[in-house]
Amino acid sequence: METPNIKYIDEIAGDDVQFRNKFIEILKMEFPIEKLEYSNSIHNNRTDEGSQIVHKLKHKFSVLGLEESYRLAVTFEEELRLGNDRLKNEFQKVLDTIETYLKTI
Amino acid sequence: MNCIIIDDEAAARAVVSHLCTQIPELDVIQEFDNAIEAIKFLNQQDVDVIFLDIHMPGFTGIDLVQTLKNPPKIVLITSDTDFAIAAYEYEAIVDYLLKPITFDRFEKCVQKLTKAIASQSSKINKDESTTDLTEDLYINIDRRLIKLKYNEILVVEAQGDYIEVKTEKKNYKVHTTLKKIKDKLPEHIFFHIHRSYIINFKKIIDIEDNSVLIEKNVIPISRSNRPELMRRLNLL
Repeated sequence: METPNIKYIDEIAGDDVQFRNKFIEILKMEFPIEKLEYSNSIHNNRTDEGSQIVHKLKHKFSVLGLEESYRLAVTFEEELRLGNDRLKNEFQKVLDTIETYLKTI
Repeated sequence: MNCIIIDDEAAARAVVSHLCTQIPELDVIQEFDNAIEAIKFLNQQDVDVIFLDIHMPGFTGIDLVQTLKNPPKIVLITSDTDFAIAAYEYEAIVDYLLKPITFDRFEKCVQKLTKAIASQSSKINKDESTTDLTEDLYINIDRRLIKLKYNEILVVEAQGDYIEVKTEKKNYKVHTTLKKIKDKLPEHIFFHIHRSYIINFKKIIDIEDNSVLIEKNVIPISRSNRPELMRRLNLL
C-alpha cells in the first residue's frame, strides 16, 4: 500500500514553517474526528451520511499524497450514496495508515 | 479584494487562507465553516470575492449561490469536477479550484478574478456615464415643461412651498417639495446633503469643515449626512 507524505504541505508552505506546523496540527485535530464520524455512520448503517464524510476524508488523502486511496475514496463515496459498503475494509486500512502516520509527524 | 472563505473542513480553509496571504491583492476578512453563518455576514458586509466549498452538509455552496440576490464574484472549491462544471451556469462564478489546490493554479484564478472585477467596474462606469448624458428631468414653469439635463443641475434648494433648481446657466423656481424631486434624481449623482439642499455630487469643488462649495454656492453639510458624504468621496 502507498505511504502518506507531506510533499504537498511542504510545497504550499514554502519557507513558512509556522503555516506548515499549523496545518499539520489541523490535520491531527480534524482527522480523528472525521474518522470517528465515519466509523459511527458505517457501524449504524447510515451509508448516505458515511458518503458525506468520505467526501471530506478524501481531501486529506490527496493532501497526504495518497493517490490510489483517493481513487478508492471516490468510488466508495459513490457506492455508499447508493447504499453499498463493500469497500469498507479496504477504506478502513487507509484510515488506520493515516492515523499511524499522523502520530509520526 | 476583500474575500471570505466558506468550507466545512478546517484543513481546506487553512490552505485557501494561506494561499491568499501570498497574494497582496487579496485580504481574507472572515472564514466560515457553514453557509448559513456566511449569509448572515454577507447581509451586513460587502465582499468582493467568496471562496466557496460546494459540498457542505445541509446547506451546500450551490444553495448559497442561489440564495444571494447580488452575489460577489465566486470561486468554487471542490473535489468533484462534475459539480464545478454544472455551477458555471451562474454568472457570479468566475472559476473553480480542485482540491488539493496548488499555488500556480490559485494564481491563475486570482488573475481571472481581477479581470472579472475590472470588467464589471468598467461596465458600471459605462452605464453610469451613459445615464448621465442621456437622462434628464422636466420641470414645470408657468405651464411650460423645461428640460434639464442631470449634469447641468448644480444644487436644489428648498424654499418654503417651492424649490429652487440652480443650474450652470439659470435658476428655476418650481412649486414642489425637495422630497419629490429627490425621488426623481439618480442617487449615484445627487446627494441629500442637508435638510434644505440636494447637491450634484460631481459638481463639488471643495469641502471645508461643514460646507461644500459648488460653483459659487456654499452649501451646509448636516451632521447626520456627513459620514455618508465622506464614505462616497474617493479620498486619497
